[in-house]
Amino acid sequence: MAMTSKPSPIWQRPMFQLWSVAFVVAVLVQQFAKPYAAWAFKFPRGWQTRLRYHISDFSDWLLNDATFGLFTFTEMTRAMAWLMNIPYSGVKSLLATGLLQGQGSDAIQLLPPLSWVAVVFIVGALGYYARGWKLAVLAAGCFTYLALFGQWQGAMITLSSIIIAVPFGILAGLFLGLGAHRWPLFAKIISPVLDIMQTVPVFAYLVPILVFFGFSPISAIIATIIYATPPMVRITIMALGQVPSELSDLGNMVGCTPRQKTWKVMIPSAKENLMVGVNQVIMLSLNMVIIASMIGAGGLGFTVLAALRRLDIGAGLEAGFAIVVLAIALDRLSQGFAQRGEQSQLQSEKTTLFKRYPYTSVSLVVVIITGVIGLFWGVMQAWPEAWFITTGKSANEAMKYINIHYYDLLEGIKTSLLLNIMIPTKRFLLSLPWPVVIGFLGLAGYTLKGWRLSLLCMVLAGFILITGQWQKAMVTVYLCGISVIIAALIGIPIGIMASTRDRLWNGTKVVIDTLQTMPSLAYLMPVVMLFRVGDFTAMIAIIAYAITPAIRYTAVGLRQVDPQLIEAGVVSGCTPWQILTKIKLKLAIPQIMLGINQTVMLALSMLVITALVGTRDLGQEVYIGLTKADIGRGMVAGLSIAFIAIITDRLITAGSDRIKQRLGLSS
Amino acid sequence: MSLKSKLRATAFAALPIAAMSLAAIGTPALAEVESKDPIKLTLHDWTGQFVTTRIMGSVLKKAGYNIEYVQADYIAQFAGLQSGDLHIAMEIWETTGREAMDKATKTGKVENVGETGMKAIEEWWFPSYMKEKCPGLPDWKALNKCAKEFSTPETAPKGRYLGGPVTWGGFDDERAEALGLDFEVVHAGTDAALFAELESAYQRKAPILLWIYAPHWAPSKYKGEWVEFPKYSAACYADAKVGVNKDAKYDCGKPRGPIWKVAWAGLKKKWPGAHAAMKKFNIGNDEMGAMVGAVDLDGKKVEAVVAEWMKKNESRWKEWLK
Repeated sequence: MAMTSKPSPIWQRPMFQLWSVAFVVAVLVQQFAKPYAAWAFKFPRGWQTRLRYHISDFSDWLLNDATFGLFTFTEMTRAMAWLMNIPYSGVKSLLATGLLQGQGSDAIQLLPPLSWVAVVFIVGALGYYARGWKLAVLAAGCFTYLALFGQWQGAMITLSSIIIAVPFGILAGLFLGLGAHRWPLFAKIISPVLDIMQTVPVFAYLVPILVFFGFSPISAIIATIIYATPPMVRITIMALGQVPSELSDLGNMVGCTPRQKTWKVMIPSAKENLMVGVNQVIMLSLNMVIIASMIGAGGLGFTVLAALRRLDIGAGLEAGFAIVVLAIALDRLSQGFAQRGEQSQLQSEKTTLFKRYPYTSVSLVVVIITGVIGLFWGVMQAWPEAWFITTGKSANEAMKYINIHYYDLLEGIKTSLLLNIMIPTKRFLLSLPWPVVIGFLGLAGYTLKGWRLSLLCMVLAGFILITGQWQKAMVTVYLCGISVIIAALIGIPIGIMASTRDRLWNGTKVVIDTLQTMPSLAYLMPVVMLFRVGDFTAMIAIIAYAITPAIRYTAVGLRQVDPQLIEAGVVSGCTPWQILTKIKLKLAIPQIMLGINQTVMLALSMLVITALVGTRDLGQEVYIGLTKADIGRGMVAGLSIAFIAIITDRLITAGSDRIKQRLGLSS
Repeated sequence: MSLKSKLRATAFAALPIAAMSLAAIGTPALAEVESKDPIKLTLHDWTGQFVTTRIMGSVLKKAGYNIEYVQADYIAQFAGLQSGDLHIAMEIWETTGREAMDKATKTGKVENVGETGMKAIEEWWFPSYMKEKCPGLPDWKALNKCAKEFSTPETAPKGRYLGGPVTWGGFDDERAEALGLDFEVVHAGTDAALFAELESAYQRKAPILLWIYAPHWAPSKYKGEWVEFPKYSAACYADAKVGVNKDAKYDCGKPRGPIWKVAWAGLKKKWPGAHAAMKKFNIGNDEMGAMVGAVDLDGKKVEAVVAEWMKKNESRWKEWLK
């Protein structure tokens, strides 16, 4: 932290004195207290709560006994699932299965699904309508990849659930955000709920969802909505808050009712920001594809899982790329529509139906023609299996080559990092007595913001302690901490470099989009082959996933620096290095801090995946909870992860607020 | 939203085609069955289970039942089996699924329909080339002499044993302790990770000692053997005094347990015929291993392998339906 004005020497300031005393006490406790106070090092079992069991009992009660008089809780959730199944099965029959009569293997196909040619044409037309030829080619190209590589069937099933989940997520997010904007009390209540929704791993609440909503793709869709909605709520709140007060006043003056003001004034003017939320909902929904496939959604996620079970790395990567391609197509289309919406919407007075809806009509014609041809000529309906393109065994062969020739080199790097950095850090964190850790968290909260934050940090950390998760939480902090530091050390310089040239930035964007949507499982197994099971492999997986916000926010922050300020720097004779360090980086600090915050969040959300390569942290606890169908155990560990995330988030936010104040960026 | 409206519009526009596609319907099954509601069979994510489930499904279909395959997680499926959302699960391993199965059957909503005929084998396993470096194998007493051969920088001088995911249980930490083995037990998170390590080591002919189970494709793809521990007995697990080490439990090998068939308790009432056929379903380890190999190693399709089995074993599955 750069200290600008110094009224008194640092050792005379109260904060500095407080920290020094705390530090000395901590060292003394850690070194000498063990014989006298063993409880400070290992939290006694008898002091732990039985919360875990209470949660399990409560959900049993909800499942079996809870009733609203006329109907039970389970009947209510089942009815909701039934209701959601109507649009879902409609979309699914259109895209994947065709219109069916009857159920199961007796079902009769009345109508084939849309042919691949028709779907490719429709997305192309959507692209052209939204932005023009470039987008049309991109979208159609992405979908053609799906057909040629034999991923069509899986992709259409995945797409069906995305088409249902995304509008639900967007609407729910929009209304919750509106509510929070209108009633400040509601905003206060909802904020911690959003944190928890986003950071409790999906595995923790998968079992209860299955129990209440039944074993079907609907459960997967509901889990997806829970996970993907929070960013939409947050962005809605932020976007409405940023609408200039003049506009809102204008709405009042011309006599809008509250409803008119919301829909005719506020939302249209916040549209650009709202579209960022839409984009996030799409991306996060696709992130859930793998987990959704574990509980019956099928689709591309299942293709990835099954390929990994037979250790067919090439097939896993191909299916993984299909998810990436789907994400990119949907994302670019939604962005295209957002930008088109900013142009004025001219209502033309053309007469015929065809002229008024040229895109719809042409698409319809294509659908019918390809459908009819498809009945006689199968290639038009579904790309034949014999013509599938595949990389075949080449990925596996390449893997084998690397494995045989470079294993020793990689092993050397890994061992030295493991022995010199990772293991000592882990030992150190595990050796810290818990009162010291909680004390420091409280102190940090007090220093950065005040008593309230201090109390919050201590209470949340206390929850982790009394539910008996302390050891695993420390392993979590160690693993995520090291990964976040490395991700920041690699990501921020890349972000700085990428910010300098437009082309470089565009290329980087494709890479980080891929990293974010490629299912980590698809590249985890090759990493295991090279680095074996353990913390190092887990660290690589976390870094690969969590590095993206570090890059993205740094680059965006630097690119947004006011060019006039840089001009001023050039005029006053700064070297390029000075411009970067003294002007650009300083001004971009808030964005970079937000990027690091997001890096932490993504690192924590990877924990469940790293449990699959044998780490012994909270992620593993959640995973055990899932595999043993122990709702309480999974939820308590999941909440602990959420609380670590909340503590980190609040401290970083408080820290960056202080920096902003010091730099005069906010009042 | 315009995508959606467009799609909806196409559904109506395409209705006339319906008449044409109706011609392509397969012939419905002839037999009389109790209910035409679909019987839902669960599929997980390993080939052996696909094969057993699809064999069961094909047999039921031949009997005229309406069946549906549902993708479901191995443990999470019990929630669905209890509520009657799912009906048949063909492979619950004694070794990995017992706890969840017992918890479910205790509610009375799930029924254990008996053994599949396959026996789960789970034990410490090493590739054959390790016998050159450690001549005493497969006897477990040789392990300590070659602990160094099996070590890695993190575990040295102790050997490294890669165990299954902690959720599989198996008491490997206890076993290493009880038998005084100089090995560190490292747990893989999933079985995919387990086999990724084996593949990697096998390519380099590098030392490895790990948990392998059968029926699975690995024992037929990689040449190797199971370590021979003192034979398992229930007493060895329950009583410290029994076995090589007089002060410790788990001083023996792992049990070889059956693989169970499990069904929703309502199956018997709603589809008695299907329940009876499921009860008679029986298949052996070797038969299964061959089919799994045909899919995972020779690249055949599960459906094709199952169809072939159905053709070859017609008299056998007809017996199940009687």
